[in-house]
Amino acid sequence: MESFIWPHKDLLDVDDLTVQEVGYLLDTAEQFQEVNSRPVKKVPTLRGKGIILFFAENSTRTKTSFDMAGKRLSADTFSLAKSGSSLNKGESLKDTALTLEAMRPDVIVIRHSSSGAARFLAERLDCSIVNAGDGWHAHPTQALLDAFSLRRHWRAQGQDMAGKSLLIVGDVAHSRVARSNIKLMAALGLSVRIFAPRTLLPMGVEHWPAQVYDNLEKAVSGVDAVMCLRLQLERQAAGLLPDLSEYAARFCITLRLMNLAVPGAPIMHPGPMNRGLEVASDLADSPASLVLDQVNSGVAVRMAILYILGTRNEHLPAGQAEAARN
Amino acid sequence: MNSGKKFVLRGALRQAADGSGDKPHDLLIVDGKVARLAPGAIDAPSDATVEDAGGKRLFASFIDAHAHLREPGHEYKEDIASGLAAATRGGFGAVLPMANTNPVNDCAAVTRFMLEQAAKTHPHGPRLYPVGALSVGLAGKELAPMGELAAAGAVAISNDGRGVQNAELFRRAMEYAATWGLKIIDHCEDEKIASGWQMNESGASADAGLKGQPGVGEAVQVARDILLAEYLNLPVHLAHISSRQSVELIRWAKGRGIPVTAETCPHYVLLDDAGFPDYNTAFKVSPPLRTAADVRAVLEGVRDGVIDIMVTDHAPHAAHEKEVPFDEAPKGFIGLETALALTCPLFDPAKLEQIWSRKTAEIFGLRANGFAPGDPADFFLFDPALVWEVNRENIYSKSLNTPWLGQKLQGRVVAHWLNGFKLF
Repeated sequence: MESFIWPHKDLLDVDDLTVQEVGYLLDTAEQFQEVNSRPVKKVPTLRGKGIILFFAENSTRTKTSFDMAGKRLSADTFSLAKSGSSLNKGESLKDTALTLEAMRPDVIVIRHSSSGAARFLAERLDCSIVNAGDGWHAHPTQALLDAFSLRRHWRAQGQDMAGKSLLIVGDVAHSRVARSNIKLMAALGLSVRIFAPRTLLPMGVEHWPAQVYDNLEKAVSGVDAVMCLRLQLERQAAGLLPDLSEYAARFCITLRLMNLAVPGAPIMHPGPMNRGLEVASDLADSPASLVLDQVNSGVAVRMAILYILGTRNEHLPAGQAEAARN
Repeated sequence: MNSGKKFVLRGALRQAADGSGDKPHDLLIVDGKVARLAPGAIDAPSDATVEDAGGKRLFASFIDAHAHLREPGHEYKEDIASGLAAATRGGFGAVLPMANTNPVNDCAAVTRFMLEQAAKTHPHGPRLYPVGALSVGLAGKELAPMGELAAAGAVAISNDGRGVQNAELFRRAMEYAATWGLKIIDHCEDEKIASGWQMNESGASADAGLKGQPGVGEAVQVARDILLAEYLNLPVHLAHISSRQSVELIRWAKGRGIPVTAETCPHYVLLDDAGFPDYNTAFKVSPPLRTAADVRAVLEGVRDGVIDIMVTDHAPHAAHEKEVPFDEAPKGFIGLETALALTCPLFDPAKLEQIWSRKTAEIFGLRANGFAPGDPADFFLFDPALVWEVNRENIYSKSLNTPWLGQKLQGRVVAHWLNGFKLF
């Protein structure tokens, strides 16, 4: 890999990164994507490094993706779930974090229901922290893998990401995927559109680098890509939605709607999907769907992140590495 | 100062009564009461002790009408001994502790216990004026025995910590409290608007991914209280006002002559919700820090008298309780020892004395020192130039949960007397 000074100890959200750094990260992921297509999908890059996967909130796909990414880099990965941790015995997050660090991991990947939890660890621990989702706040690796998938999609057609448009549909208010994606995509030069019922938009959304639409057909018209967000069924119980059939009828992305978009525009979903609620089943299975491509990209992008943080500045002379760390 | 004792404080800075500006004043105290305050030198009686004020500024002791002293039940955060020590150092000669202790102060036994602890640990003051619970256990279901609480020494009634969600119960509480001459201090918060909120609802909460409470979550209950106060022609005192909508409603009410009074805290006229992007739990408080526009409106409300008084809402929490993810942290700041340093740059000394002492005494029917002959000799000296750091060494409260922790503030109380007795 080429020499690049990576100044960040942690990955907490996408707005910590410059466009250049995002470019380097995605280029690195391209190289790992190549590794993932080999018969032997393993490189010795992180041999001897320890990665703790601390998932205090339920997750299958993100945890598996990080686990596979770490293992393909030959790192040792250790999983800690909330149900098996002392958090269930009343231990504070601070004490759990200090305990994990005492085992000298190189990277801790954290998923937590509290917004700001990854930063909480980053401020207290010397090892690298990767935010795998904190509350409604941020999910930077999801946004990066989404950007990676879109970049590959458009590059295959000889097109550039910058100048494209992306529509994000659904529960923006409670979505860390939406927050990180809006920031990252806007930074990469996409124009971001949002469509959601007002109850699922946060107050202050007008300050975000996105255009809020009040009509789904207008929002889809001429758009280059569409991303659906997962609807948590508890939003209906909380009184934010009348009922799910109304949502399905008025907010679900269908093949018919996609006819209004740019021909061939991809449809994305961070998963897990509620078919027929957020995205029509036939659309999800159509060639326009990037959903499985997103999952596939996730491993390569997470390999890139773990590689960059796990070997951060190791190739630099000692003094320079120290300076880069400060 | 005991019987027959005379004391003269020389050269204390104070605005002259005739409006001719700051002048050194001499103060004569006899038997713990003010005998005379005058610019220039007064003749000290031969049997008087004399102390030089060294040009420091003279204030009547402050009264904090809204504090949480945590005893009984949460003594690891604060107790009456440490809370009153903090009050002494902050210039407060009297404190109204709220009822959300454990057990709740909803019966005479708890009120009496609080008063006994104060008398035992601070026999010379500061004075404690307990606030009784509005509802049993603060649960908002049935009225607390206000007659019993008043007889035991409660001076006001409040459900503070939680808004009263049932408007009928609140109406009856206003009526029943009036029977005993008790003022109601209302914590205005509609719990159905943004239940589980973590901060103000604004662009800042959207960015942080935290559940926000809008200012109207406070203002809808302010409006309810104002309408009930007018309908019943009974007074209500509105606690810790934080939103511009509330200020506008109170302005409207006062214009109509409705018997409503209101308080706010130093942090609502100094800090806004854009000030803590990094999930710093030291800034988490109830009501939440609101927008810059709210801060301006609340400060203007204090300046023009729509908001009558300042209170600290001193709410101690232990360090380990605040060192958690933002949504797990309890809400509240300590405030007794930082209040004067924070507000002295905002208001002139006469206004400070009004919003921290005189008007507070008037609202709650307490005695305050107006420096007229016969007034209680409750006063302190303030050094406006003294720079000090908010840290463990300087803070007498058991807890350090304040956004100003580690910062240098200018201005500090350097001596404090109650009934002519020098506390420090």
